[in-house]
Order: sequence, then structure tokens, then C-alpha cells
Amino acid sequence: MLRHLMALLTLTLLALPLPAAAQTDPTAPDPIAGTSVDDGSATATGRQTLEDILARQRGEEPTNPIRSEDLGGDALNAPGMGPLGGASDADIWRQIRFNDADIRNTTLNPNGDVLMQTGGMWWENLRKNELRTYGGWLLLGTIAVLAVFFLIRGRIRIDGGKDGTLVLRFKFIERMAHWVLAGSFLLLGFTGLFTLFGRKYLIPAFGHEFNSVLLIGSKFIHNNVSWAFMIALIVVFVMWVWHNIPDRTDITWFAQAGGIIGDKHPPAKKFNAGQKIIFWSVIVLGVSVSVSGLSLLFPFQMPLFAHTFEVINNIGVPGWFGFDPLPVTLAPQEEMQFAQLWHAIVAFLMMAVILGHIYIGTLGMEGAYDAMGSGLVDRNWAHQHHSLWLEHLEEEKPGKIRTPAE
Amino acid sequence: MKAMLSGFAAIIIIGVGAYYGLHMLDFSSQDVFSSPNVRLD
Repeated sequence: MLRHLMALLTLTLLALPLPAAAQTDPTAPDPIAGTSVDDGSATATGRQTLEDILARQRGEEPTNPIRSEDLGGDALNAPGMGPLGGASDADIWRQIRFNDADIRNTTLNPNGDVLMQTGGMWWENLRKNELRTYGGWLLLGTIAVLAVFFLIRGRIRIDGGKDGTLVLRFKFIERMAHWVLAGSFLLLGFTGLFTLFGRKYLIPAFGHEFNSVLLIGSKFIHNNVSWAFMIALIVVFVMWVWHNIPDRTDITWFAQAGGIIGDKHPPAKKFNAGQKIIFWSVIVLGVSVSVSGLSLLFPFQMPLFAHTFEVINNIGVPGWFGFDPLPVTLAPQEEMQFAQLWHAIVAFLMMAVILGHIYIGTLGMEGAYDAMGSGLVDRNWAHQHHSLWLEHLEEEKPGKIRTPAE
Repeated sequence: MKAMLSGFAAIIIIGVGAYYGLHMLDFSSQDVFSSPNVRLD
């Protein structure tokens, strides 16, 4: 009996949407042009429909309805007409909507008189949809790949165990600079992720108040810690660039896949080829994220993209892919939008690379963390992973090798 | 460990310095562009 009742209830619930289709009245009068029942498109009668608004936001035609040019005539031509003399409310609205109004505003910011910017919709949609989706999956996918790799390969052990002799790998200043860079990167990365994903995930989970406090704090930390990141980036570059110039040992290292598959230990100097990739990725991506970040820190004062697009157009890059040339005159708001997108994309790439770096430096390889922790690594570890560097030390700087007290 | 803690301390010191430095550089739109009519505080 209960089953039958449940079946009836389910069918009723499933059938509820059906009558909705029957609600359009077949006896309604034909639409009259220019009235509220007019279904013509905006270009036909001048009255916008929702579809026109959405199409304009997507950047499609019709870009503006024909009345977008009706921005208010000269008051002298129609003196004393309408509530504001020669100007109508609708005209003023269109002036604001299509950014052609003579506005003074209390914010004094020269860009503060743009009240509605159609060009911002493509950016907002890109940020809300593709940026969050692809960026998020990039990070989650990287974690998944590392997890699978760890499960298959396991931790890379020191063959024959530790030797007991310690070798000085990184001095205090090297380690300190690394930790300024790493610590600031973690703070910047997390606060940046909160800022991008907060509205979508944190508000539903923790509510508006929590998200608001978290994001106010995140922006404060992000703006102020970024300088430590930039300073540390310069210091790290100056300290280690000479050791990261590619050379012939890197070819051997790549040929043996870094020794990560199988048992080989390709020779390497202070930094192996994998580390050189990390170094140059951090430098190049770090400089890029810093420059776009500076543009965001000082809004409207560091436009980057108009000139960049001009250079790209002159090389002819868009033509190689069948695209039109990139726009070279950008509104200030458009510049900021591009800066934000570029900053976020580069940041996601950096975070993915650093996830791999953190993995191999902690979980992935026995003895690796000591290099940045205490600065002293086991001699067997050094021999396995940086044999040429160890040989150089044994010949030139034996003081850096510390045998344990007998 | 000392290097790591020194690094984190440096981040905080640079951050505090940046906070005051940025305000001296007039980076804050709120400070620079508010007129008396905009009561943001």
C-alpha cells in the first residue's frame, strides 16, 4: 500500500513541470511595436530585451540598440520640456550606460566616472568560470599525479643508508633567502586562492562574515608580503644564477630521467637539471607575477598590455593562429582586467611547479630536506645525487666536510 | 631551523615596512581619491 502511495507521489512530483508549458495564452494579441508586449529585437524597435543585454555582455551583435545614440539633445532646442528641461531621464540613463556622460563624481579618481563597463563582463565570466575551473583542476591534478607517483615509486632512499659524515650544502644566508621566498610564496599563494575561490566555496561553507574577514586579512597580507617575495626573488637569483646555467651534465641527467626511474645516479654539480628547471621557472614566472602584481598594486598607473599587444601584433603572432590582431587601445579598466587574469594564470602555474618542488624536497627524497633545514647533508646522499659537486668540495673545500667525532 | 625562523621574521619585518612605505607612496586609493563628500571611515 505504502509503495503504491510513494509511486503516486513520485509521479505527481515528476509531472508538476508539465502544466507550465500550457500557460502561454494562445489568444493573446499580436505584439505592437514599441509597447511592453513588443517582442522585436532591440535593433528593430529600440527597446532592449533580456536576450539583447546578454548578447551584448557576451560581446556579440547587436552591440547596442539603436536608441544608444539618443543621449540627450541640446537643451536649447527644446526649452522647458520634460522634468529636467531638455534632458530626459532615459537620455541620462543611456549616457551612463554607454559611457558618454559628462559626470563629476566625489571620488576624484579620473577613472571613477565609468559607472558601467560592458567590456568587463567577458572578464568577470572568465574569472568566475574558466579561471577558477582550470586553475583549480591544475592544482588538484598536480597533487593527484604526485600522490600516484609516490604510491608507485615510493620515497627515494639513500642507497646503503647514511654515511654519518655531513657536508655543508647551503650556508645560512642561502637558506634564509630560500625561506623568505618560500614562506612569502606560501602566504601569497594561500591568500590569493582565498581571494579567487572565497565567493564560490567559502561563503556557502562558512558564511559571509567569515569570508569577509578572511578576505580582508588576505588582501592585507597579500599586498604587504609581496614585497618580501620580490626582494627574496632578487637575492635568490643573484646567489644561485651561476650554478643554474645549463651545461652538458644536464643532457646526461635528462637522458637518465634524473635517476628517478630505475637505479642510476646521473652525475650533477651543485644543482641538477631538474633543479635548474625549478630555478628558472621560479625566476621567470616570479618576475612575471611580480610585474603584473605591481600593476595591480598601483591601479591605472602601470598599464602593461597595450604595448605588449602591440609588440605581439608586430611580430604577427595572432595571424599564425588565424586570429585578428589584438586590441592596442585599452581602457584603464581593461588593462587592470588583463593584469588580474595574467597574474592569476601565472600564479597557478607557479603553484603547480612548487607543489612538485615541495614534494621532492620533503616526502619524495630521503635526506633532501636537510639541505634547506640544517644546511648539512649526508655524504652518501651528496655522492648519489650531486657527485660532481661533492668531488669539487673534497678537492677544493675540504673544510665543508665534517666527519663525525670518533 | 634558525635560518627558517630568521626568514619568517624577515617576511614580517619587510611586511610591516611595506605597509608604512606603501601609505607614504600614496598607493591607497581610499586615502588619495576620497573627497570630504565620501565618508569612507
